Amino acid sequence: MKTILLRGGHVVDPANNIDAINDVLILNGVIKAVGQNIDVTADIDVRDCTGLIVAPGLIDIHVHLREPGQEYKEDLASGLGAAAAGGFTAVACMPNTAPVIDSAPIVRDLVTRAKDVHKARLWVIAALSKGMKNTELTEMADLKAAGAVAVSDDAYQVQDPLFLRRAMEYAAMVNLPVLLHCENTTLSEGGVMNEGLVSTELGLKGLPREAYELDVARAGLLAMLTGAKTHILHVSTRGEAELVRHFKQKGAPLTAETGPHYWCVTDEAVQGYNTHAKMNPPLRTSDDCAAMAAAVADGTMDAIATDHAPHADYEKTQEFALAPFGIVGLETSLALGITYLIKTGKVSWTRFIDAMSTQPAKIIGVAGGTLTPGAAADVTVIAPDVTWVVDAASFVSKGRNTPFDGVELRGRAVMTIVGGEVVHG
Amino acid sequence: MSTKPLAGCDLLGLKGLDRETLGHYLTTAAEFEKIIKRDIKKVPTLKGKSVITLFYENSTRTRTSFEAAGKYMSADVINISGSTSSTTKGESLRDTFLTLQALTADCIIMRTPFSGAPEQAAAWVDVPVINAGDGMHEHPTQGLLDAYTIQKVKGPLDGLKVAIVGDVAHSRVARSNVWGLSTLGADVHLVGPNTLMPRDISQLPVTVHNTLESGLAGADVVMVLRLQLERMSKALFPTAREYHMTFGINEATLRYAKPDAIVMHPGPMNRGLEIGGDLPDGHQSVICQQVTSGVAVRMAALYLLLGADGIEG
Repeated sequence: MKTILLRGGHVVDPANNIDAINDVLILNGVIKAVGQNIDVTADIDVRDCTGLIVAPGLIDIHVHLREPGQEYKEDLASGLGAAAAGGFTAVACMPNTAPVIDSAPIVRDLVTRAKDVHKARLWVIAALSKGMKNTELTEMADLKAAGAVAVSDDAYQVQDPLFLRRAMEYAAMVNLPVLLHCENTTLSEGGVMNEGLVSTELGLKGLPREAYELDVARAGLLAMLTGAKTHILHVSTRGEAELVRHFKQKGAPLTAETGPHYWCVTDEAVQGYNTHAKMNPPLRTSDDCAAMAAAVADGTMDAIATDHAPHADYEKTQEFALAPFGIVGLETSLALGITYLIKTGKVSWTRFIDAMSTQPAKIIGVAGGTLTPGAAADVTVIAPDVTWVVDAASFVSKGRNTPFDGVELRGRAVMTIVGGEVVHG
Repeated sequence: MSTKPLAGCDLLGLKGLDRETLGHYLTTAAEFEKIIKRDIKKVPTLKGKSVITLFYENSTRTRTSFEAAGKYMSADVINISGSTSSTTKGESLRDTFLTLQALTADCIIMRTPFSGAPEQAAAWVDVPVINAGDGMHEHPTQGLLDAYTIQKVKGPLDGLKVAIVGDVAHSRVARSNVWGLSTLGADVHLVGPNTLMPRDISQLPVTVHNTLESGLAGADVVMVLRLQLERMSKALFPTAREYHMTFGINEATLRYAKPDAIVMHPGPMNRGLEIGGDLPDGHQSVICQQVTSGVAVRMAALYLLLGADGIEG
């Protein structure tokens, strides 16, 4: 394994309060030193990082890699490759696969095979209930022993509050974070886009924001009651952000994430029945976009996660109501943050990297998110000013379902290093 | 406007159509109404053209109206219903449209429960697509025939007060009429229970009411929407009885409108529910005229979109 020196980059390492020009020395797969003018010997691979951002490896804790069972949408190689191409050194995959990731052997299989891909690291999120059917708990202790880092029923959100209470109590006992897609599905029944003026004009059933806000309130109360580490997935509305803020102030063990599309695209993108603008939670309004940017800035949204959800083209080429929810995100996430949060002055680099790396690692309780000497050398090098145009056809991911195809963005990962190995760039 | 300004276009909705275009449809429809009132109402206008109706929902009135419109202009009309199409075998809508185009259809007329499907399909094929009603979105030929009927009876729409009453939330007829009538200068009012009004509807160019007394005050036109009884199971209204008491249009409630107001209904009607038992047969009703207008309007649409050379062929 080569020794690498990242020379003269702007190092942003929120965990160590570093935000300055520095060299980063990587030796034997770990961070050896961060400092000024580190000496080089002949056999060191020196990379000039002048004008570039050097950050702890980005981590996306909410992706769908579709294995096992739906490899036509994505597989470990394409998904972890897409992650590396997007600057992510690790991702956490959701369990809504076929079969559902609800038993230890499936977790072990994924963990083992992901290592052979030699791209981004994989962390596995197991189901909260067997088959994600919300009726029986999974064997959480065994799942954890097999390597699962969290439990979630994601979009198959538990509606029964007693079952959710029990699940959270049990998860707290085995110290697994509970990741919740907050949606009251009675109130949102049949909806396919944000409920508002656009859904009224288009004659599409709405997903009212209140269905999501109501369930965030339930999650906050149950987090206080059970003490479970509770993480709110993909927050999309101003009201949800306010509720998260409220429960954090009360001391609830609560964290939250939002996704890039929620701060830069509104439900107007659905006009023309664009199925690449269909996801759940749905795109909201410009007021919600502003609220999401502010909630990232002030830390109410601890993390940024994409909910990367690849689908085959033919699945998205259907009547709007029949097309599946979800868009891909791994290869556009970083640039959407740089373009719409950093270049607009809404969020600092330190907070952005904190939300893209440091906090995600903390939320799922894994190593990473820091350049502390001795830590595994997971590093992302970012060209912050480069301008590029999204070309979905050239994605490493099998999914081309993005509303950003053809959009010009700023900033891109130019090198992704995992455990001291360059896996992209 | 050029001589064939709409040739090759689709008719997907009335939203976004300007006053001139709407006027063009209505003026052309008037010419076709003359033809269908003749003793021999067949002209060779679309001889050699094939028109396919693709209906994924039950419809008698609209499908027959389109079929008659095509046949009166000598087009070959082929009717496909949802149950006879390949969708029951799992074929996608896009593949269905590509197949119909390959069958050399000159126009595809579509009725679907899925909002937006005609707009999506229009992007997949080159032939004109006519939306014959899509989910809760639009029913543009209904909107045109309603505007045509009102104009015929009441004169220019500018300043006329039109009250649309009932299940606005689920109604594509309401949406097409909101766009069409407001663009043509009418003052559009929506009346119905809160449970049947979609979110943010008041941001459209309309005034929203939840009593007939305020909604119908001074109305020149009272347009009654069909109410589907199965909505009761969703707690959208308590009983048919209470609905008729609060939002049913009958001789008593019609008095809130102007004395010479006309009553319209897109059909099929539930007599005794959204509309009083005898009202459709009364002197203020123009419901049967709407049906005749429908044929004329659909002839105009086919004629204009297919770019035929002259009304008489």
